[in-house]
Amino acid sequence: MSSFTLPFFPEEASSIAGEVDAMFAVWLAISLFFTALIAALILIFVVRYRRRADDEVGKSEHAGIWLEVTWSVIPLLIMLAMFAWGAKVFFVAHRAPADAVEYWAFGKQWMWKFQHPEGNREINHLHVPLGQAIKLSMTSEDVIHDFAVPAFRIKQDVNPGTYTFTWFRPTRIGTYHLFCDQYCGAEHSKMVGSVIVMDPRDYAAWLAGGAAAGQSPVAAGAQLFSSLACVTCHEMGPGRFARGPSLQGLFGRQVVLEGGRTVLADEAYIRESIVQPLAKIVKGWQPIMPTYQGQVSEEQLAQLIAFIKSLGNAPAMATGAEHPPGTLAPGDSGITGAASAPAPQK
Amino acid sequence: MDTNSAAALDRPSYLTDGYGWKSWLLTRDHKRIAILYLVSITFFFALGGIFAMLIRLELLTPEGDLVQASTYNKLFTMHGVIMVFLFLIPSIPATLGNFFVPLMIGAKDLAFPRINLLSWYIYILGGAFTLWALIHGGVDTGWTFYTPFSTTYSNTYVVSTALGVFILGFSSILTGLNFIVTIHRMRAPGMTWFRLPLFIWAHYATSLIMVLGTPVIAVTLLMVAVERVLHLGLFDPKLGGDPILFQHLFWFYSHPAVYIMVLPGMGVISELIAAFARKRIYGYRFVAFSSMAIAVLGFLVWGHHLFLTGQSVYAATIFSVISMLVAVPSAIKVFNWTATLYEGSISFQTPMLYALGFIGLFTIGGLTGVMLATLGLDLHVHDTYFIIAHFHYVMVGGTIMAYLGGLHYWWPKMTGKLYAGFASKLSALLVFVGFNLTFFPQFILGYLGMPRRYWTYAPEFQVWNVLSTAGASILGVGYLLPLCYLTWSLFKGKQADANPWGAKGLEWQTTSPPPTYNFDEPVVVTEPPYSYVAEQHVVGQQEVESA
Repeated sequence: MSSFTLPFFPEEASSIAGEVDAMFAVWLAISLFFTALIAALILIFVVRYRRRADDEVGKSEHAGIWLEVTWSVIPLLIMLAMFAWGAKVFFVAHRAPADAVEYWAFGKQWMWKFQHPEGNREINHLHVPLGQAIKLSMTSEDVIHDFAVPAFRIKQDVNPGTYTFTWFRPTRIGTYHLFCDQYCGAEHSKMVGSVIVMDPRDYAAWLAGGAAAGQSPVAAGAQLFSSLACVTCHEMGPGRFARGPSLQGLFGRQVVLEGGRTVLADEAYIRESIVQPLAKIVKGWQPIMPTYQGQVSEEQLAQLIAFIKSLGNAPAMATGAEHPPGTLAPGDSGITGAASAPAPQK
Repeated sequence: MDTNSAAALDRPSYLTDGYGWKSWLLTRDHKRIAILYLVSITFFFALGGIFAMLIRLELLTPEGDLVQASTYNKLFTMHGVIMVFLFLIPSIPATLGNFFVPLMIGAKDLAFPRINLLSWYIYILGGAFTLWALIHGGVDTGWTFYTPFSTTYSNTYVVSTALGVFILGFSSILTGLNFIVTIHRMRAPGMTWFRLPLFIWAHYATSLIMVLGTPVIAVTLLMVAVERVLHLGLFDPKLGGDPILFQHLFWFYSHPAVYIMVLPGMGVISELIAAFARKRIYGYRFVAFSSMAIAVLGFLVWGHHLFLTGQSVYAATIFSVISMLVAVPSAIKVFNWTATLYEGSISFQTPMLYALGFIGLFTIGGLTGVMLATLGLDLHVHDTYFIIAHFHYVMVGGTIMAYLGGLHYWWPKMTGKLYAGFASKLSALLVFVGFNLTFFPQFILGYLGMPRRYWTYAPEFQVWNVLSTAGASILGVGYLLPLCYLTWSLFKGKQADANPWGAKGLEWQTTSPPPTYNFDEPVVVTEPPYSYVAEQHVVGQQEVESA
């Protein structure tokens, strides 16, 4: 079987795979050159200058400064060039393109859970359409995991308590290994699965077919927003009474906190504001929101975030209502409360 | 031969200065303490090696058929913990360094002989803690103890292992402190800084890292124990901690620790190349200062272990470029060693074979390290077998080759005995071939995407794993041979002269083995190191390679 083949390179199945391999090929050529150079010099010298008499000694010479400079500067310049190329690829791999569609991934001992934007869920397998840029927003329910797809040449740690992101644009139909690359306990080597790249029409059929369909994360988040009573305090329209700041247009903005510090309202900030509402208090609001730690799963948190992000596209309708309700009766705050809020317009 | 060794036995040396167990366990002689370390680290090396063999046997097939998953995880964890903390870190400094730092600078002993003995006892205590954890069921966190797995999720003996490593750190700090003070204060008259052998420069740089870096790992492991036992939220986000904080603290020490392991090896190689080319090391000052540059820059690169943790891309960029800068002084060393061979008088004794092997393997280890520092490439090979191959090329291909080379070079001085020439050359060859066969396939496995710390793996990876395991068995034989013929030489070996290699250096001017206080007459240094001059007749040249 496969034991009789000698695999050297994994398949190239993403938009960045070719460039990573090209970079590797160049490094390989540089390394081979220097290794061969050193090996050849050593072999030539040890043969040519082998000891011929027991009392023979070598000819000591003083170091030539220009020789030292040469063999310091040449490697340095090569490395700086490769550094720049590597940094460029790394930046590309970190910035999802504008047309990327957001999928969610959850790592836990020892499985991967995925949620499609259309609502389909999968375990250990991820179906994606060919040519579509996919942004993965990821978190872990326990220890640190790592989402790695060698055929795509990407890899990203998946941490508990916060979110990390990666993206890829599949360029070849096929089924590719998905590995957990960060040691995560007894069954670490069983935390494997596959990414299945499909023709877009097949993908649409797969979505519509028997696959575990469900609500989209945004719709599920909207439902949670009301069932968890978030809506009671975080008004959803203009003119409504609010004990917490409006979340319209929150995502991606700078929020001014008590004490004057500002923080970017990203996924990690929103998550923290739900599970640890007192960690960062928005300027002008009371620290009255109860914690939701233990009451919402990681998947529900992701759905809430997806919903709040979806509000980000709407114009900030509630700007007029961003007057801090300083008159709020503290007695009211025991049941539901307020925490995060958009900053007053600067 | 018999009359020769009988005469030698009459000659007083540090080995004849007392025979009872007390004369060893309560000794303050740096040479005897070095021997105590030598025996201890050999034991732990054998233990770590047995774990490595079991790992390679399990990986012979893609399925998990030799041991359970949890057992496998303990095997690679104990292999890493023992090899890093109980073997590699003390290996060259605590044995060869302990023995030869005073001898090479013309001192009677280290500055603090009692502290030197204390550091060995602390080492044994730390080793005992680690063994205790091992015997009671082991630990499965990997030698890196990543949180929150180690603090919240692992059900194994994390705290006792961490305490073992914590204790070992003090041994390391005391050794480093002792070396720094000794090198500053105890040099013989005339032994100026630029007359120091490069072995001493390397140990000086290493000692600085030991003293400055080790407290950080001690604090970090203490924090792990505190979170695990008292549930104080430091690293686990469920308790309000930050798991990435652990990685910053851990690698702030553990990356410089790589240089604790490899710098002394570089020092040994400089001695070997000079001795067996009978030549001053080309670019002596560049080689000396490159050790210091590595020690300083080594503290600024830890973030390259965190490229994929979600660390800011700008931080990653800075760590990437500094990681490449630290490769420059390493490259300087390799080029200068190679240039030293030019117009040398090169002999192919066993230590030289190890030294030449070191240059080749370290070059590959270094170049692949620079590949890993390239951000876009690390994206693909981080946490795969590519990393495993890379650091084994540096740690095993580098440090252990240098350690064995140094041991073969100084063995006649340490024991007064010569070993078998053919067997020792065969062992150098087996180690070199076995090493490459073991670890080169792992570069390919890594690029194919095989993750590290996998008990089972995809079937297409098998062929390279089989090659690797085959290589490991050759490597194992290569390591067993020296154990046999070096032990044999103690009983049957020919008596060694004061200077069997015709080498320069103060350690070769005293008898083999040296007297308790190293030199019978006061030492005065009048020339730079490695002063091999053509008209001088090299005395004491001896036929070393007779079995």
